[in-house]
Amino acid sequence: MTAHDIHFTVNGIAYDIEAESRLSLADALREKCGLTGTHLGCEHGVCGACTVLLDGAPVRACLMFAVQAADAEIRTVEGLADGHELAPIQRAFWEHHGLQCGFCTPGFLMLATWLLEQDEPLTETRMREVLSSNLCRCTGYQNIKNAVRAAAVELGKWSESETA
Amino acid sequence: MKWVGRRLPRSEDPPLLRGEGAFTADLALGARMVAFVRSPLARGRILEIEKPETGIVITAEDLEGVKPITPRLTKFNYVAIEQPILPATFVHYVGQAVAAAIADDLAAAEDLADRVFIDIEPEDAVIDARQALQDTQRPVHPEAPGNVLVEAAVRTSAVDASMDKAARTVSLSVRSHRQSAFPLEARGGVAAFDRASGRVTLHASVQMPHMLRTGIADCLGMPEADLRVVAPDVGGGFGQKMSLFPEYVVLVWLARTHRGRFAWIEDRRENLIASTHSRDQYHELKAGFDAAGRLQALEVDIVANVGAFSCYPVTCGVEPLMALAEYPGPYRIEHYAARARGVTTNTCPIAPYRGVSRPAITFGMERLLDRAARAIGIEPIELRRRNLVTSFPYRTAMGLELDRASYVEAMDQAAALIDLPAFRERQRQARTEGRHLGLGFAVFNERSGYGTPAFAARGMEITPGYERVEMAMTPSGEIEARIGASPHGQGLKTALAQIIADELGVSTERVRIIAGDTDRTPYGWGTFASRSVVISGGATKKASEKLSLAIRSVAARLLQTPAEEIDLEDGAARARSGEASLPLAQLARLAYHQNHQFSDLIGHGLSVQADYDPAGTFSNACHAAIVEVDTATGGVTIERYLVVEDAGRLINPLIVDGQIRGGVAQGIANALFEEIVYDEDGNILTSSLADYLPPTMSEIPEIEIHHLQSLSDASYLEAKGVGEGGAIGPPAAIVNAICDALADFGVEIDEIPATPERIRRSLEARAA
Amino acid sequence: MKPAAFDYLAPRSRAEALAMLRDHGDTGKVLAGGQSLVPAMNFRLARPEVLIDINRLPDLDHLRFEDGRMIIGGLVRHARFEHPAVEGPLGRVLPIIAAHIAHLPIRTRGTFAGSLAHADPAAEWCTLALGVEAEIVAESADRGVRCIAARDFFKTIFTTALEPDELIVETRLPVPAENWRYGFQEFSRRAGDYALAMAFAALRFDGPTIREARIAIGSVGATPVLAGNAASTLVGAHADAGVIEAAAAAARDEIEAGGDIHGSADYRRHLVGVMTERALNQALAA
Repeated sequence: MTAHDIHFTVNGIAYDIEAESRLSLADALREKCGLTGTHLGCEHGVCGACTVLLDGAPVRACLMFAVQAADAEIRTVEGLADGHELAPIQRAFWEHHGLQCGFCTPGFLMLATWLLEQDEPLTETRMREVLSSNLCRCTGYQNIKNAVRAAAVELGKWSESETA
Repeated sequence: MKWVGRRLPRSEDPPLLRGEGAFTADLALGARMVAFVRSPLARGRILEIEKPETGIVITAEDLEGVKPITPRLTKFNYVAIEQPILPATFVHYVGQAVAAAIADDLAAAEDLADRVFIDIEPEDAVIDARQALQDTQRPVHPEAPGNVLVEAAVRTSAVDASMDKAARTVSLSVRSHRQSAFPLEARGGVAAFDRASGRVTLHASVQMPHMLRTGIADCLGMPEADLRVVAPDVGGGFGQKMSLFPEYVVLVWLARTHRGRFAWIEDRRENLIASTHSRDQYHELKAGFDAAGRLQALEVDIVANVGAFSCYPVTCGVEPLMALAEYPGPYRIEHYAARARGVTTNTCPIAPYRGVSRPAITFGMERLLDRAARAIGIEPIELRRRNLVTSFPYRTAMGLELDRASYVEAMDQAAALIDLPAFRERQRQARTEGRHLGLGFAVFNERSGYGTPAFAARGMEITPGYERVEMAMTPSGEIEARIGASPHGQGLKTALAQIIADELGVSTERVRIIAGDTDRTPYGWGTFASRSVVISGGATKKASEKLSLAIRSVAARLLQTPAEEIDLEDGAARARSGEASLPLAQLARLAYHQNHQFSDLIGHGLSVQADYDPAGTFSNACHAAIVEVDTATGGVTIERYLVVEDAGRLINPLIVDGQIRGGVAQGIANALFEEIVYDEDGNILTSSLADYLPPTMSEIPEIEIHHLQSLSDASYLEAKGVGEGGAIGPPAAIVNAICDALADFGVEIDEIPATPERIRRSLEARAA
Repeated sequence: MKPAAFDYLAPRSRAEALAMLRDHGDTGKVLAGGQSLVPAMNFRLARPEVLIDINRLPDLDHLRFEDGRMIIGGLVRHARFEHPAVEGPLGRVLPIIAAHIAHLPIRTRGTFAGSLAHADPAAEWCTLALGVEAEIVAESADRGVRCIAARDFFKTIFTTALEPDELIVETRLPVPAENWRYGFQEFSRRAGDYALAMAFAALRFDGPTIREARIAIGSVGATPVLAGNAASTLVGAHADAGVIEAAAAAARDEIEAGGDIHGSADYRRHLVGVMTERALNQALAA
């Protein structure tokens, strides 16, 4: 069993950690970086609670080993707010009651953050397709959709037309 | 403006949105990790457990003196079964914890668990409840030779005569397959021994912290006072986190024995195979109608698979006895006969899950009425209209009192919103294009907010029900309320703060609700059974009124105005006439620090407590679903889903709607997707999310909600419980819609989930 | 659900990777996207002793066109195909297929070649590879490069013609002319789930007449399979409803299906017919 010295940045902060090969990126974030906002709901890539952005793309942090993330730039839920100020997507989830127990929320927020940062405007169909990647057991999803739609409108990223 | 009734965003949310919530796994960092070795076989005698030569592995032999979990009922021929914390001689289901492996991290604990060898002499397992009723040669437990752990029967005097006289009888057999509550956070706990006090603190993902403390202390023979149980942020429960589980007893035992800190974080596979299941039932129904379609008599036989053990504290009576008591739902049925049996099998124990038996009994009643309506040739809602209870209070054949509700009104509103005639026309048109649209209704009531009388009627040795609230205004003027309920995602803290804010004339920001910690809250029962707003909310209102009186009496002396002429508003006590007023923060400071001036009025300090133990109140709803069935694949698309809900007074409509939508999504899962499957040897075939199928956003339609508000004095707040109702209606509404869509083929489906293959099979059976 | 321990190797060149595979191929696994391998490891159903992570190899993440073929490098991820990568029938069908592969955060990691090497019979790319007569190019340190036709590649469930020391360095798909029509359909319980049945249809037209037809079926047996009888009923015919229906019925009759908790063998065979009919209709409409 080998331990690896791994360097990566999370939310712009550099971390140097030591991890054995089998430590997942999700466990590394939680246990080595103390960033427990990334949750583990299934550890086989279905529920999406562990979704983070790795070099700009959403990934399941339970299906990557920490050592694979060496030198990567990672973003997690802890990096969304600007100090005290919630990000628009967080505020929208709050105002639209897009969460109940809050366990799936970090994964949905990261997925939504990625969607809202794409160049092309967001459509209803695209939103549903992408947000179907993650599971929520509490909300029935409607308020998650309402929140993401509202944030997209606020950010000028919403398209009513499906062909946009 | 009043706080109650506002769509107020929840105070619970900001930390959760920042990723700063504290869930159980977040508190486990640095603890020694426990991995449970689970039985790979459904049934067999343990010949030997070989522990690895190195590493700590705990088995039954280590737990000498630890008592089994033995929930009890005092009625209904109940057979008490002892559930060992870790079994010494026999395994009863796949997934039963047999040993605990402990290491410094979870991966290492799993490595160790891999090296534990359990030698089991296998025996043929009994998996299906009907099979268990017949196959009594090898009872699952010798104490219950017929495999029946609980049995109840009722029969009003004239059932047979009414059935004989009926112009028409309708019968059906209902099958509700097994489901998992599937909270997104699985179970887990962290038990830490405090050397200074000798106490153990267990942080665990649970719904009933006080009950858990009692149960663990009883098993370990330790003083309850030496155990503190805390429910931190809990990632959903839906009933699955109500019961006492052996794993928690092991954790506290480890902490006490090894004077350290130990954590178990359940993984998804364990959660699907070894956390509790629900809904595995068979119902046989027969109803007699008179010539006008009025229900004359109903006879039901309920067989509920309760799994290998009875759940603590509610017992395995929870599903069959609820089905027996509540089968007629909102319908007028004078002559009623029912038998309900809880049957033990070599499967994971069954425990409450959102709705308990009501999704299945509503499915049974509503399928029955749709079949009858088709036979009579009238619209399903017309048949319902002839049978729904319309005058309140109404005493059911089982002696339940239905308080004021809106059964017919809710249904009529749903039908109007759908525009029934327009739908029928659209449906006809679609048929000519080869498309199969269908409309289904589900009308039901939801018994909610019931206290000790309801549980006592079930003969429970441990009878839950009341709630207590301790409330104080601090010297700096905030309100602290300590509650026995234990919210885990419902937003109860926000709702209670709204109640308090109105009574005490403060902003909700001045209110702190303290919950889920046995050291800091009064003994209470937790959050389950659609009870918290009704019972904990009712107690909160009562406590707020008492605190208001105390505050106003202090103000009366300070402002030299009679207490009844003082209003609390905008954070101050004000004389109704004149300008005199006093900020509450200032008043509170005086009440504590110049207490000698007021002790004759309020005693010492500003603190009160209140209790509430109601008999219960019935909320009600009508769900309507429009579906399209792809007859080639059997696939179902929900085109529209509508809910007309009556939950009495709404404290926070934003939260109420969220509860309904979330419940409907789980009900859609029950109707179409989720099923725990065992093979005949008792191996579970749905141990991953590739095989167990919670719906995604793509499968859940927009859910329209409309509210009626029947205000009933059965609830002190005039609010009715609404936590489960969303999950109750969908199987009935959706399968009724499927059968309506396929009425031309004569398809009737009485089995949930109605999977594409089951729908295809019904179509093929009709074609043959 | 933590994996058993393993050694992690991260080669920086193809030669280094192939040498590692030669040394560890029997007990190790190539780690590409890891979206099937890592779940299996987390369940401890797979316990490789060594993982050879090819994600840092510089020359595998390419998509290029050569001699009328699309060349998909060994590290090209599913997400790359969500937008048309080429004009014509292939370019149109790839995004349709990609949308069925699990979900976006899986598609950002999982690779086309990894999907072929894993050989899950429910994998969309495997069915496509068979349907378009793809060639899989495998390389080993000792024997160099060889080219394997898709029909010879899939041996049985999770088993391919690859030797333990071989790495898929690229896959070649023919880029068809506009007189080809492609269609793809699958039926699954939820969005992104493993399909209960899938059909890929490829038709070459000469005016209104079908001159060549291939139908590949996935998710019903141990490997994707060609519905040869169904295809031959189409050749020489004009595509009308009756012809399509007959082809679908032929596919249903010739395919051997297996059953599991999500669908019995009979139901899956029935779905083969439905998906074949729909894929053919989709191809005609394309």
